Amino acid sequence: MPVIDLANPTRFLALVNRVLPWLIAATVVLLAIGLYRAVNAPDDYQQGATVKIMYLHVPAAWLGMMGWGIMNVAALGTLVWRHPLADVTGKATAPIGAAFTFVCLVTGSLWGRPTWGTYWVWDARLTSELVLLLLYLGVLSLYWTAEDPGRGARAAAILSLVGAVNLPIIKFSVDWWNTLHQGESIFRAGGSTIDPSILWPLLIMALAFTCLFFALLLAAMRNEILRRRVRAMRLMQAQSLAEATS
Amino acid sequence: MNLGPHAEFIVAAYAVALFVVAALVAWVTLDYAAQRRILGDLEERGITRRSARDSQ
Repeated sequence: MPVIDLANPTRFLALVNRVLPWLIAATVVLLAIGLYRAVNAPDDYQQGATVKIMYLHVPAAWLGMMGWGIMNVAALGTLVWRHPLADVTGKATAPIGAAFTFVCLVTGSLWGRPTWGTYWVWDARLTSELVLLLLYLGVLSLYWTAEDPGRGARAAAILSLVGAVNLPIIKFSVDWWNTLHQGESIFRAGGSTIDPSILWPLLIMALAFTCLFFALLLAAMRNEILRRRVRAMRLMQAQSLAEATS
Repeated sequence: MNLGPHAEFIVAAYAVALFVVAALVAWVTLDYAAQRRILGDLEERGITRRSARDSQ
């Protein structure tokens, strides 16, 4: 099937129905392996057992940012090509990205209390991550409150493109400012500073969370396509009723 | 497994993550069932999409 065919919602739904069971199976298997490895991973020499929070916190942080990146691509599809599947992608991604960002903030806060002695500081990394969550909530409110779904989608697309400025700020905040949050320790020049016994469970959990994210995204996109079909059919029903009574 | 002196923070972090993931799974599952039910009701009443009619 050529990739361009997937722009057709009916063909996209057929693809989702084929891919989703495999994605769910991959998520379950990877989560089982990742959690087993995380439970049995050694404690960190400084953080102790609280390092186990990192297996949730880091993947959630990555996926919160990746969600915004997906929304940016979708926003271009909405504003430049006005493709309905782009609207569907943006609207389906927002709640999932917001949920992962929320998990990142809460787990980070629960890690911070025993490690730093505080749940929260207005540090550049933490603040920019909070801004990401607020941006997600802004996009969601535009989708959910707009009377005309098309206008809501365009407004949300513009906000998501504006909010893209925050992504490099989150990523480089630990380099640009003196932050309490630790610096880059996984993908850095010279290699990761994390011991393989902790790094591998982390990478497996990240892969599991990524499969989970895409499984949820495809399922949410399928729901949104069906919701639009319901709306179109109800409009047709109302139209035919109006014609019959006039 | 010994989670050390900060076990409650570790358990709370995993509980929050589990709750959020469960909420997301419930949301997509229940929403799918609801949309399928509404579509089924509309089709039963003879209402079909234009594109569905064209393809028949």
